[in-house]
Amino acid sequence: MANKQPVDYEALMSTIEAAFPMVQILDKDGKVVNEDIMPDLSDDQLVELMRRMVWSRILHERSMALARQGRLGFYAPTAGQEASQLASHFAFEKKDWLYPGYRDIPQLIQHGLSLPQAFLWSRGHVEGNNYPEDLNAVPPQIIIGAQFIQAMGNAVGQKLKGSDAVTFTYTGDGGSSQGDTYEGMNFAGVYKAPIVFIIQNNGYAISTPREKQTAAKTIAQKAAAAGIPGVQVDGMDPLAVYAVTKQAREWAAAGNGPVLIETITNRFGPHSTSGDDPTRYRDQESFDYWEQRDPLIRFRNFLTEKGLWSEEQEEELIEKTKEEIKAAAKEADQAPKQKISDFLKNMFEEPGQNIQEQIREFEAKENK
Amino acid sequence: MANLTMIQAITEALDQEMEKDEKVLVFGEDVGKNGGVFRATQGLHEKYGDDRVSDTPLAESGIGGMAFGLAIQGFRPVMEIQFFGFVFEVMDSIAGQISRTRYRMGGKVNMPVVVRSPFGGGVHTPEMHADNLEGLMAQTPGLKVVIPSNPYDAKGLMTASLRSEDPVVFLEHMKLYRSFRDEVPEEQYTVPLGKAAVAREGKDVSIITYGYMVREALKAAEQLEKDGISAEIIDLRTVSPLDVDTIIQSVEKTGRAVVVQEAQRQAGVGAAVISEISQRSILSLEAPIAFVAAPDTVYPFGMVENDWLPNAADIVEKAKETVNF
Repeated sequence: MANKQPVDYEALMSTIEAAFPMVQILDKDGKVVNEDIMPDLSDDQLVELMRRMVWSRILHERSMALARQGRLGFYAPTAGQEASQLASHFAFEKKDWLYPGYRDIPQLIQHGLSLPQAFLWSRGHVEGNNYPEDLNAVPPQIIIGAQFIQAMGNAVGQKLKGSDAVTFTYTGDGGSSQGDTYEGMNFAGVYKAPIVFIIQNNGYAISTPREKQTAAKTIAQKAAAAGIPGVQVDGMDPLAVYAVTKQAREWAAAGNGPVLIETITNRFGPHSTSGDDPTRYRDQESFDYWEQRDPLIRFRNFLTEKGLWSEEQEEELIEKTKEEIKAAAKEADQAPKQKISDFLKNMFEEPGQNIQEQIREFEAKENK
Repeated sequence: MANLTMIQAITEALDQEMEKDEKVLVFGEDVGKNGGVFRATQGLHEKYGDDRVSDTPLAESGIGGMAFGLAIQGFRPVMEIQFFGFVFEVMDSIAGQISRTRYRMGGKVNMPVVVRSPFGGGVHTPEMHADNLEGLMAQTPGLKVVIPSNPYDAKGLMTASLRSEDPVVFLEHMKLYRSFRDEVPEEQYTVPLGKAAVAREGKDVSIITYGYMVREALKAAEQLEKDGISAEIIDLRTVSPLDVDTIIQSVEKTGRAVVVQEAQRQAGVGAAVISEISQRSILSLEAPIAFVAAPDTVYPFGMVENDWLPNAADIVEKAKETVNF
């Protein structure tokens, strides 16, 4: 007979897994599978959420085309993540702060960044980061994980000011492996900071599948290491994403501290337009599986069933969005030429001798 | 006037500015009730409370991110990195984020962050405590790097750093913390950032240095005086950006330069000083510029620190070579 072990590891591991079930409201066909947690959204709000998701899909398609034509620079595709991105943002308030990753441009635009500025960011123009006073956001973060610690500091600041606004930040499944991601959640827990961390698990970090990031069965359970609530949600389900984010926002705004949300989602396209070819690491089955779970299909079915959405409505919206994008790309073309002397002036409030000399040198060149 | 050590002068600067400006927040590992591992923040927690003087979890990167977010929210964060050898954990927040924000956002958003951190050799610390890493910071566009050499400057430079709209890395040499006292005015005053000081006037050779090496240079100057050589000592005080005018003025007067740093030859800011002198006043030079620096090894094991660190004797030797060239 074997000796009794001090710890039952199998029981321990299954307890952890059981604590992070996936929240879902709409199934892949748009049928309500969990009426009890249906969020309180008016018909107009439901339609507005659908409009934003369709807008985002069109923005994605046009951005791919513009990038191919050389009219955009860096672009990280968003198709497939509309529920994860737009429905989570739909739970924000205008006063809330957004610390986006580089793929989170749709949320940034919905939060108040103009489309021409978003395009200028993609091209590499400083005007893309010249944010209006009332836009509570910082530019997209390229260093994966940095936004988690920064957003934490932002939320600590909001708390010190007695603000009832909440900070939101996003990263991906790969980003969950970074030290800063853990540090941000852990500090936020200690400071009871009003912040919602969203990890969009789209299955791949460039070519590396989610399973190679961690042996943890969910990313949501990483919240336990920080002593904060973690929730896993069907990231292709706009109603579930909205409901979960809304609840997290209320929890944080009420002074209870941070929440981690993991959205299970997928990107239909490449990692970025910088030469990534997903067919090298994903088979057709994987694409087919996820495309059947398209958030637009299920939400379209749901709304059509309720008599709130029609094909004509969608067509009209698509045309209008295309026109908007065309105009925005044109407006972005009008941005002034960037000058090195201006950048030198932007370095410091009080520049030293080195910068002052270089400003004079470059101004002389630029005025030739 | 009070007779203060450098660390007391730093504490006084923090206290007085915190009293004046409630946006100033101090945080780091053990800076609260404990008053800091060197007592630099002694009494501040008691006076200003948890919200303004806060002990953080043990994670330098998180501390850097916290400073970033607090600055975006309009605060004036003073983050402490317990020993500057630990800066590698927070290089992204300092060199990849805070330093770049004003540029990134079109000159509209300032990052009034002060990074306080002890460093420096001669006190037999364990590994990764004493390393001279100011060169890494000085090579990062968007940062100002300040290294005081005495209590008076420490208070004035700290006050100026706390009021600066630009991010400042404020490095405090551990051997200077309590090794001597200085008359320090009780009222607030500033020593301007980016301005060097003539620590000693002379006419035969310029010794350009910073941090603890200012003390060694002063000792060397006394020795040189006995041998009939008059050395002028320039204390850089801010190592980035350099006060090139003050350096050049001195070198053009003396015609000879010895650049002195505690950091390894390939590190520090000595090479940048030499480069400026070469570009701007080569025709005034009577001799090649001499360089006193530590050997290009990893910072030494405790028992060999004194053999490794540059000192007054090294400075005397190089100064004489330069004068007799």
